Amino acid sequence: MEQQEKILEVKNLRVNFNTYAGKIQAVRGVNFSLYKGETLAIVGESGCGKTVTSKALLRLYQPPLVSVAEGSEILYDGQDVLKMNKKQLQAYRGREVGMIFQDPMTSLNPTMKVGDQIAEALRIHNKISKKEAAVLAVEKLRLVDIPNPEKRAECYPHQLSGGMRQRVVIAIALSCSPKIIIADEPTTALDVTIQAQILDLLMEIREKTHTAIILVTHDLGVVANFASRIQVMYAGQIVERGSTRDLFYQPRHPYTRALLDSVPKLSSKTHGELYSLKGTPPDLILELKGCPFAARCQYCMPVCQERMPEEIDLGEGHSVSCWLQHPMAPDVGPLNDGRKAGA
Amino acid sequence: MEQETLREPLLEVEHLSKHFKMGGKSILKAVDDVSLTIYKGETLGLVGESGCGKTTFGRTVIQLYRPTSGSIRFDGRELGTLKRKELVSFKKDAQIIFQDPYASLDPRMTIAEIIAEGMKVHFKLSPAETERKIASLLEKVGLGADYANRYAHELSGGQRQRVGIARALAVKPRFIVCDEPISALDVSIQAQVINLLIYLQREFGLTYLFISHDLSMVQYISDRIGVMYLGSLMELTDNQTLYSRPLHPYTQALLSAIPVADPDLGQAQNRIKLEGEIPSPIHQPKGCKFAPRCRFASEKCQAERPVLRELEPGHFVACHFAEQFQTEEA
Amino acid sequence: MEELSQEQFRIIGIEDNGTEHSARKKVGYWQDAWRRLRANKIAMAALVLLILLLLMTIIGPHLTGYSYEEMDKASKNLPPSAAHWFGTDELGRDLFTRVWQGGRVSMIIGLFSAAVSTLIGVLYGSISAFFGGVVDNIMMRIVEILISIPYLIIVILISVITDSKDLGTMILALTLTGWCGTARLIRGQILQLREQEYVLAAEALGVSPFKVILKHLIPNTLGLIIVGVTFDIPGYIFSETFLSYIGLGIQAPATSWGALASAAQANFRFYPYQLFLPSLMIALTMLSFTLLGDGLRDALDPRMRH
Repeated sequence: MEQQEKILEVKNLRVNFNTYAGKIQAVRGVNFSLYKGETLAIVGESGCGKTVTSKALLRLYQPPLVSVAEGSEILYDGQDVLKMNKKQLQAYRGREVGMIFQDPMTSLNPTMKVGDQIAEALRIHNKISKKEAAVLAVEKLRLVDIPNPEKRAECYPHQLSGGMRQRVVIAIALSCSPKIIIADEPTTALDVTIQAQILDLLMEIREKTHTAIILVTHDLGVVANFASRIQVMYAGQIVERGSTRDLFYQPRHPYTRALLDSVPKLSSKTHGELYSLKGTPPDLILELKGCPFAARCQYCMPVCQERMPEEIDLGEGHSVSCWLQHPMAPDVGPLNDGRKAGA
Repeated sequence: MEQETLREPLLEVEHLSKHFKMGGKSILKAVDDVSLTIYKGETLGLVGESGCGKTTFGRTVIQLYRPTSGSIRFDGRELGTLKRKELVSFKKDAQIIFQDPYASLDPRMTIAEIIAEGMKVHFKLSPAETERKIASLLEKVGLGADYANRYAHELSGGQRQRVGIARALAVKPRFIVCDEPISALDVSIQAQVINLLIYLQREFGLTYLFISHDLSMVQYISDRIGVMYLGSLMELTDNQTLYSRPLHPYTQALLSAIPVADPDLGQAQNRIKLEGEIPSPIHQPKGCKFAPRCRFASEKCQAERPVLRELEPGHFVACHFAEQFQTEEA
Repeated sequence: MEELSQEQFRIIGIEDNGTEHSARKKVGYWQDAWRRLRANKIAMAALVLLILLLLMTIIGPHLTGYSYEEMDKASKNLPPSAAHWFGTDELGRDLFTRVWQGGRVSMIIGLFSAAVSTLIGVLYGSISAFFGGVVDNIMMRIVEILISIPYLIIVILISVITDSKDLGTMILALTLTGWCGTARLIRGQILQLREQEYVLAAEALGVSPFKVILKHLIPNTLGLIIVGVTFDIPGYIFSETFLSYIGLGIQAPATSWGALASAAQANFRFYPYQLFLPSLMIALTMLSFTLLGDGLRDALDPRMRH
C-alpha cells in the first residue's frame, strides 16, 4: 500500500452508560486510525459497542446518561474532538464528517420537503442565499442518482420509498463535501436489491470524492464486498483488525472465525449443522478480568480467564488480541500456526 | 428430488388470493393468485423483498387471515369449509413462529404460562403434567427449566425466540410456518436457532414453510424454494436448481444482489443491477409484475401477465421467455 | 508483569451443559413498578394522604360521639373548639362528624362511579376494538352520540324519572355517559395491541376471542386502566360536588362535601370555617388522586423499563 494520509485517530476511547443499575462500560479502550479514501468497517453483533463508537466520533451522546471517560482522545486534524467548543464542534459535524443512520424514516424530518432539508444543511455551513441553496440541493439529489431531482426536491419524506429516502439522507450527509462519512448500518432497513444500489452509490462517491467511509454493520456480506479494512468488535473492544482479505481468509481470533462460520455460504450444499457459538456476550455492566470472549471460546485456556490478552501485531496491519498467539500456547492450526514468527 | 413419487402432499394451495381494503376504493393485493404444494417432511423456503406478500401468505395459510379467494387443503381437507370446532383442531396441527422475539411474547405472562396457553386449548392435562411438559419443552429448545417462572423481558432475543418455538411445539403440530424467525437476531444467535429448527424437524418429523428475505439462510435450510414478487410466485424449484440455474430474471437479479460473505467470490460475482424500486402493491402493473424493472421486458410482458408453468419436472417459472433462458443456459 | 506458566496455556474450552441457565435476579412487572413508585416521593406522599383521608371517612364520624343528623339548638354556628373540633353549623350539627360523613358519600360516589364506568368502558372498548369492522363502527358511533349529551341534562332527567336524589341515582347519572371516555381510550390501546405478534400467536393457537381479550389484551392495558381510574375518581368527586352545590345532588339531612360547601355559602362572611373545611377536603382529595395518578403513569409505563 502506498503512503496513506491519516485523517482521524482514536486513542483509548472509553464510553460509559450511567444507568440506575450501575455503570455500563459500552466501549472499553478502543484505538484506531482512519486513512484518506478508505472504507473501514466496524463489525460486531448488537451491543458490542460499534454504534456507540461511531456516535462518539461525532460526540452524538447525551451527558450525563452517556459519558466519555477521561483519557479518551479523538484526533481530527490534530485537534481533539472531545475538547472542541460548541462552534468548533458545529463546524466539524457536517462540514468535516457526515453521518448516515440506519433508519431513513426517522433521520428525516417528516414535515419538511426533502429539498429544503438538504438546503438547510447547506446553509448552516455555507454563506449562501436560499435560492442558491435550493439549486445546490437539487444538484446534490442528482449526485445520489435520484431520477427527476427537481420534482423529488418538492416531495415529503413519506412520499418516497425507503431506498429513495436513504439516498436523500446520503445527499444531506454529503451536502458540505465532508472528508469522512460515518454510515451506521446504512442498508439494514432496506431490501436486498435496494441495498446493493445504495452500497454501490456510496462506493461511487468514495471513488469520486476520496471521502473516507466508516461502515458500521453486522452484515459480513456487505463487509466482504465493500470494505478495505475491517475491525471486529466484541464486548466493547476491538478483538481483531486487518485488511478484508486477511480477515476473511486468515482470521486469527476465534470470534472472527466463529462469525464467519456461522454464515451459510451459498455454495455449501449440505444440511449439516451450521457452526454456532454457545451462549451470549457478557453483560457489560460487569468488570471483565480476562478475555471477554473466554466464556464462549472453544480454545479457552486458564490464562484467558485471568488476564486480558494484549494486541499482537501480525504484520501488514493485521493484529489480534488473543492468547493463542502467545509462544507458549498450543498449536491449534490455522488460527495460530504462524505465532512464533509473529511473537 | 429422487423420491418424487413417494412424496405425499401436506398442504395444497390453489389460486390463493388475499386482498386488503385500503382507504377509499384502493385494494392492496398482498397475495395474488398463488398456487403451490408443500410435501410432508420437507422445508419449503419462501423468499422475497418486503411487501412481496410472503408474510401474508404464511398467515393466510394457517387461517390467521381469511383468504379472499382460492383453496387451501391441509392433509386433503379443504380448510374453507371447516366448522369452527374443526378449525380449532386444525390450529393444533399448524403453528407459526414469529419474526420479532420482543413483540411475540406477552410481557405480562411468565414463560410457563406462554407455553401452556396452547396446551390448555387442545389437551386436558393436570397441572403436574403441564408442568412436566413445559420443563421437557424448555429442555428441547435448549433452555433450563428454571426459565419457566421468568418473564420475557428478562430473556435475550435468542432465548425469546426459543420460547416462541416451544410455544408452537407445545400443541404437537405437524406443520410450522417460520415467519422470518431469525432476521431480528444476531449472526451467531441465528445459527443457534437454525440448528435448533433443523434438529426439531428431524426429531418430530415436522414440515416447515420457512419465510425469509435472507437468501443464504433459506438456501441452507430449505429443500425447495419459492420466490415471490408483488404478491405472485415467480419461480419455484428445488434448492440447488434455484441457485445454480435460476430461470426467472427476478430470481437472477435477487441472487446476484446478495452480498456474499467472501471477498473473492464477491468480486467474481456478476452483479445484475436492478433499476428502480418495487412498485406499490396497490397500483400493480398490468402485465408481468416484474416488467418495469426487467432488462428483458418486451411488449408482450407489458401487456400480458405470464402464468406459473412447469418448465421441467419440479421447476415452475412465471416468465414468457423462460424457455429462451433455458436453452441459452444449456 | 508476573511470569506466565505453561500450565496456563492448556485448552479447556467451554463448560458445555447443553442448556442455558439464567443468572440475573428475577423481577416481576408489579415489583418493578412498585419499586419505581416508591422512589417517587410526591406520589408516595399523595398515597399516604389518600389513605389517611379514606381512613377518616370510615372512622371519622364515630370519633366525636355526635351523630351527623343530631341538631342542638343551643349550640348553633359555634367556631371550632374542644367540644366541636370543626365547630357547628346553623342547625347546631357537629361539623367534624358531618365533614367525614359527607366525605364518605363523596368517596363512595368517586370510587364507585369510577369502578363502574371503567368496567363498562373496558369491556365495551375492547370488544369494539377486537372485533373491528362493522361492529367497531356501530359501537363507536353510539359512544359519540352519548358523549355529545351534556351530563347535566341526563342528571336532571334521571332525577325526574326516578323521582329520587339518593346515592344510587347519583352514581347512575354520573356513569351513564362517564364510561364513554374510558371506552375510547381502551379501544385505541387495544387496536395497537391487536397487531402485536403475541396476540396473533394466541389466535394461531386456537385460543377463543373472548379469552384473548381477557388474558392478553386487558392485562396489557391494565397500567393504562389504573392510571385512568386514578384520574377519573377526582373527576367524579368534583362532579358530585358540583351537582350537590347547585342543589341537584345529595339532599339533607344526608350530606356530602359539595352539599356542605353549598350550605355554608350563605353564611360565608360570618362563618368562613364552615365553607373552608369541606373545600379543603375536596382540594386535598383531588390533588392527591391527581399526583398519585401521575406517579402511577410513570411507574407503569413499559418504556421506563430497561
